[in-house]
Amino acid sequence: MKRFAALYSRLDDTRGTSAKVEAMRAYFAEAPAADAAWGLYFLTGQRLKRLIAPTQLRAWISDATGLAPGIVEECYAHVGDLAETLALLLDRAERPQPMIERGLADWVAWLLALRERDLDAQRAALLDVWARLPLDECFLFNKLLTGALRVGVSSGLAARALALHAGLDETLIAQRLMGEWLRVASTARSSRERPAMDGDSLACHRNSAADAFAALLAPGSAEAHPSQPYPFCLASPIEDAPDAVWDAGLPSGLGPVEAWLAEWKWDGIRGQLIRRAGQTFLWSRGEEMLNGRFPEIEAVAARLPDGTVLDGEILAHDGTAVLTFAKLQTRIGRKTVGKKLLAEAPVAFVAYDLIEWQGEDWRSRPLAERRAQLEAIVTETAAARLKLSEPVIADRWDALAASRAEARERGVEGLMLKSLDSGYQTGRKRGAWWKWKLAAMTIDCVLVYAQAGHGRRANLYTDYTLGVWEGPNPGEGLLLPVAKAYSGLTDAELNKMDHWIKQHTREKFGPVRSVAANAEVGQVFEIAFEGIQASTRHKAGIALRFPRIARWRTDKPTREANTLADLKAFLKR
Amino acid sequence: MRENDLVIVRPEGLYCPHGDFHIDPWRGVPKAVITHAHADHARSGSAHYWGAARGLGLLRERLGRQAAITPLAYGERLRFNDVTVSLHSAGHVLGSAQVRIEHDDGRVWGVSGDFKRDPDPSCDPFEPFRCDTWITEATFALPIYRWTDTRDTAVEILDWWQACKRDGQTAVLFCYSLGKAQRLLAELAQLTDERVFVHGAMPGLIKVYRDAGIRMLPTETIANIKKGTPFAGELVLAPPGAGGTPWMKRFHPYSTGFASGWMRVRGGKRRAAYDRGFVLSDHADWDSLLRTIDDTGARRVLVTHGHGDALIEHLTARGIEASMLATKFEGEGGAATDAEVPDAAESPDAAVAEADAGGTGSE
Repeated sequence: MKRFAALYSRLDDTRGTSAKVEAMRAYFAEAPAADAAWGLYFLTGQRLKRLIAPTQLRAWISDATGLAPGIVEECYAHVGDLAETLALLLDRAERPQPMIERGLADWVAWLLALRERDLDAQRAALLDVWARLPLDECFLFNKLLTGALRVGVSSGLAARALALHAGLDETLIAQRLMGEWLRVASTARSSRERPAMDGDSLACHRNSAADAFAALLAPGSAEAHPSQPYPFCLASPIEDAPDAVWDAGLPSGLGPVEAWLAEWKWDGIRGQLIRRAGQTFLWSRGEEMLNGRFPEIEAVAARLPDGTVLDGEILAHDGTAVLTFAKLQTRIGRKTVGKKLLAEAPVAFVAYDLIEWQGEDWRSRPLAERRAQLEAIVTETAAARLKLSEPVIADRWDALAASRAEARERGVEGLMLKSLDSGYQTGRKRGAWWKWKLAAMTIDCVLVYAQAGHGRRANLYTDYTLGVWEGPNPGEGLLLPVAKAYSGLTDAELNKMDHWIKQHTREKFGPVRSVAANAEVGQVFEIAFEGIQASTRHKAGIALRFPRIARWRTDKPTREANTLADLKAFLKR
Repeated sequence: MRENDLVIVRPEGLYCPHGDFHIDPWRGVPKAVITHAHADHARSGSAHYWGAARGLGLLRERLGRQAAITPLAYGERLRFNDVTVSLHSAGHVLGSAQVRIEHDDGRVWGVSGDFKRDPDPSCDPFEPFRCDTWITEATFALPIYRWTDTRDTAVEILDWWQACKRDGQTAVLFCYSLGKAQRLLAELAQLTDERVFVHGAMPGLIKVYRDAGIRMLPTETIANIKKGTPFAGELVLAPPGAGGTPWMKRFHPYSTGFASGWMRVRGGKRRAAYDRGFVLSDHADWDSLLRTIDDTGARRVLVTHGHGDALIEHLTARGIEASMLATKFEGEGGAATDAEVPDAAESPDAAVAEADAGGTGSE
């Protein structure tokens, strides 16, 4: 693990992109293939499933260091990262015999085997390793253990480094990295695990990782596994378009409106539906395999011919109309769904695009051609659970803008604009796909609770819970929490707020502090949000969609912040 | 605080009622005993000062030529009514002191000021004494803070400097102008003899150290260098406040480092956005805080600035009476803040109390 620890600290110490890419390239070139495979796995942001509950780890750290749980807790609140806290607490000057060096792949195998053992054995094994690993390796080890290893490079950067090492095209590498390229990781992720690893299975684990790595580096376009999705094509906010595009509030500089496909921007789960080799695979944009969660979509996919890949949105849908996001939310996170839920919150796949047809990669064909074929497929399939994302037809930009203005009533976020002659691109490449969203709704709230952040915001109070006045008038009644917002402030503002919070703390509840908030004292923030729904789960009776801090209203006294009645008025719109 | 305590907190600072003097007051008072020359401990405006003779030069830099300062040798005893006061080396910066207060009734109190137990070629080592009640700083009073060998850190800094040289970059190392800068120059002097460039806030303080016989690397002030002179491959020491200012332009391309105890935690390092963080502190780490309490034999411990809660919980569990004492000392700047915080040694008035010292306990 020394090699990976060295790479990790190198990536940590350098800010230049090219230096980071070079460090990763060198790692891929030098590390044994199995280690390189796992290194790549973690560099691309994937992680092991959590092996041991954090509360259990904290208790064992108390045992290992002789520190009271309250003190361990205080350290965690200060550091903001459990793995780092543990490593720092364990870092003593005196070490028994140091650990024999073990490669990253072997450590992963060791950890996966550990999962199968009973608590006492786990405890003993961890205490031994903790006492013997030096600080930097202990930190990484704990990161693997807690399933929280994030390296701070984008997966795209890791792919670029690998492409350089392999001497292959970056797009090809990005495609090979989609889905479960390291299958040994996904088999280990399933709940029914093989028994503890002996020497043979360790070698097998190592070999399969090495094979996976070799497959990534193979020349040409080697055959992909049937489950492998394509990298999603992403849109840029049209606000980022060059100024020349805009004329009197319309993006008419994009060219004739007929050259663009306009669609509603649905708020669901972006997905890729794959039908290959008699099997169906449903992937989310976060490259999570969704199989089993939306059986009605899988059922309709079974009617598609082999070699078909669709891009679309998973939406709550009753067969004729799209239902609210709240409906879809009842399905999110459910790995199995019962009859009742299927009836209460049915879903459909609303197709945007055709990426593969008859086993052929269609990404370089123009959108107009892909859409025409997609329409034919959807019509042919004639299924209630497979819909076409209907184009929003307009012959002029101002007519399109008028349609966009109806977006909120329709329960969508705005419009998508896609150039009809564009290919299906990898990632977010500006110019061909734009999102033209409605302006967010805003409301002025008062800060009621603050919580320290994590990572670079550790020990800095950055996460705010905000409330509106119960009323009837502003400044009257209780402050009812309506939103939790994480960012939106600059570093300088965050520092100022952090200082204010520490000076105006009323009570501490673990990592959370309640702060002074009444008609005279307090901080007002303008919150922007995308949607609002009635909710029985929240005390205020409403739930906001994507709330975030738009502005720190230092100009506004708390008694001028909004009331719950103001907020509920948005429900009626 | 209780009646008859030898040291209590008053609005103007720590105060000894029996001796009618203050220790490191944050407002002007008639009699002030000063532990060391950092801005949050040595403030102007008092009528008379007492401080360690080893730190007289620094106190003069801080308090001005006109201030009435009586220097005391370490261990020299001085009467204030019915208490006897002496100063003892604290190992924090040149001339830093702990205050020992002995009442005629036999009680002994100790005030740590800021201190460390790690070796430091730029100042005298910490000198423990026994006392009944110990008022301790707690800047780094969490068990995650443990300092490694200073020499290792110095080697790390030297390696980084040499790497910058290879890459044609300037190595800009941020550190506090009083204490840390001189300690770095003294530590590095054991590894190399190359010249170091320093920010304009530092030469006066460096001269005081040289006059006190501290061996350090040769230095050159940036302000004396002709505009346009290249700095590639050079090491530059600067206070954190200089980061992100136009002053930095002349060093381009550069790599930045920060030498501070806070660099032990990755979050602090990442937030401050330095290229490199070097763990080096002039304060006691967790183990040193505990060891020192053991050395004093104190049965009662009062905790000032820093993370008091954990220390108090730890001591209480060990049968030592421990509680918080709310002060306006800052410890090592940069805890929950970053490079934008003015260097404690640069702007005496920028000292803002971290009222959070003890969470709700401090209210």
